[in-house]
Amino acid sequence: MNPAYSVILFTTASGAGYGLLVWLAFSVVLGGTLPTGNLAATALVLALALVTTGLLASTLHLGRPERAWRALTQWQTSWLSREGVLALATYVPAGLWLLVQWLWPAAWWILPALLALLAAAGAVATVWATGMIYQSLPTIRAWSEPLVAPVYLLLSLATGAVLLALLQAGFATSWHVMAILAAVLLIAAGLAKWLYWRRIDAAPRSWTVESATGLGSIGRVRPLEPPHTQPNFVMREMGYAVARKHASTLRMMALGAGFIAPALLLLLAASLPPVPATFAALAATLGAAVGVLAERWLFFAEAQHVVTLYYGAERA
Amino acid sequence: MTALPLATEKKLGLVIDLDTCVGCQACVTSCKEWNNGGYSAPLSDEQPYGADPHGAWLNRVHSYEAGEGAKGRTVHFPRSCLHCETPACVTVCPTGASYKRGEDGIVLVNPDTCIGCKLCSWACPYGAREYDYTDGIMKKCTLCVDRIYNETLSPEDRQPACVKACPTGARHFGDLGDKESAVSKLVAMRGGYDLLPEMGYKPTNKYLPPRPRKADALVGGTTPAETIPATDGSPAERLFAWVDRVLSA
Ligand code: SF4
Ligand code: SF4
Repeated sequence: MNPAYSVILFTTASGAGYGLLVWLAFSVVLGGTLPTGNLAATALVLALALVTTGLLASTLHLGRPERAWRALTQWQTSWLSREGVLALATYVPAGLWLLVQWLWPAAWWILPALLALLAAAGAVATVWATGMIYQSLPTIRAWSEPLVAPVYLLLSLATGAVLLALLQAGFATSWHVMAILAAVLLIAAGLAKWLYWRRIDAAPRSWTVESATGLGSIGRVRPLEPPHTQPNFVMREMGYAVARKHASTLRMMALGAGFIAPALLLLLAASLPPVPATFAALAATLGAAVGVLAERWLFFAEAQHVVTLYYGAERA
Repeated sequence: MTALPLATEKKLGLVIDLDTCVGCQACVTSCKEWNNGGYSAPLSDEQPYGADPHGAWLNRVHSYEAGEGAKGRTVHFPRSCLHCETPACVTVCPTGASYKRGEDGIVLVNPDTCIGCKLCSWACPYGAREYDYTDGIMKKCTLCVDRIYNETLSPEDRQPACVKACPTGARHFGDLGDKESAVSKLVAMRGGYDLLPEMGYKPTNKYLPPRPRKADALVGGTTPAETIPATDGSPAERLFAWVDRVLSA
């Protein structure tokens, strides 16, 4: 599948934003008090900015962005529609929470906590819906894996935790728990991704060009003449394939630079004074960003669509 | 609505005969011609005279080789929307632009509500949907919905453009939900089959397999292509033999 940059940017940026929303909500609820006004407001603004950037990027991918509102209508069958509805719905508690945090920082704890919980639930549901858009497609073997949506969620939670740890260290408010949690989540996400890669590598590629054409009874089938001289939309969109060797190097890079190194840096940050801890967390954030972008690029580039059978692939 | 109809009154579709298709691309061009002015027009082309010409076409004809040696044969293979009974291309659509009609089972895209998210093209196993880069929306075979019910056309012309264009009669149109229809009988008689049945989309369109070859038609069989006749030794024949030798020297 063609790795469209708008979709990669959308899923990674909004994933991190939603993850940040979730951990911020937890810190409000578990802490029993509001995190210091500035930190909470900054974190909330950052979360909503990331989510909004992502959503805007995703509309760049549309042929008719001015009609995007129509995507909210078919939530009964379509995960893409559900994602849109959930994303918009999450703005309501998140926006109110921000308002309360801003205008009324001494508010009774229960009110922001309630709004935070609602926003967190919306965030988790939205990310899950994003994962399900891919997981529910029967035409792409690597995506109809049951690990797809869980990995989307884990990566969102991990990158969100990294961001919150960075902000907490930056504001010099107790960041140790968050840094350790982020490290654990990164390792868990890396592990889940590694398992996913093992599963897609081992999956039987049972769809054949013989079944696609129904000509297997005559013998082995191979293309003789293509239907068009230049790649058409189907080939441009679905024919993208990254070389195996290339992909496995990228996988290792993503795991090392994007998951393991940031996790170690965060553990280091948990034991440092605020200023060096902030730098360590910043390095971890950059590493995780590279890692998750590479992971998302691979998620598309490595996914083979069944239609490639008509265009020369023997199996899918 | 992107919910699928529980059942459709008719199952209109095509039956494509891989035995008689000669790969002439007449159906491809007549499809493009009709649909460039019909429902969901235009069918845009990008850089038609440039270095990388491509565009939205609703019907594509591949050519494959199947089998080896004497058993091997060339099969021309038209590919367009199969108007599946349970297609995910409809249910994944976030806007309801992609829908399946309850009355005849035709799968259509509403050009006025499609946002061009392309998700339906990802959900189609058959590569039947092509995005129109200029128009910003998805295009697909309409089964010539604007011909088959078109009362301004004479009755014999109320058929898909591709069916009308095929010079070998390799394309048949009809109701595959009606066991007594000509197309259903043809499918039963010739062993028509589904493409990629394991995807579970239940295509309406059926493909008729190439007929088995007669044993004596095989290369190396009993009718050698070039038998050299015995000579009778006449002067004319010796003259030709001499000319042949001189020319091939
Ligand atoms: S062939 Fe493709 S576009 Fe047509 S109904 Fe089936 S899944 Fe949908
Ligand atoms: S491209 Fe159009 S028809 Fe296809 S899923 Fe998106 S909105 Fe629906």
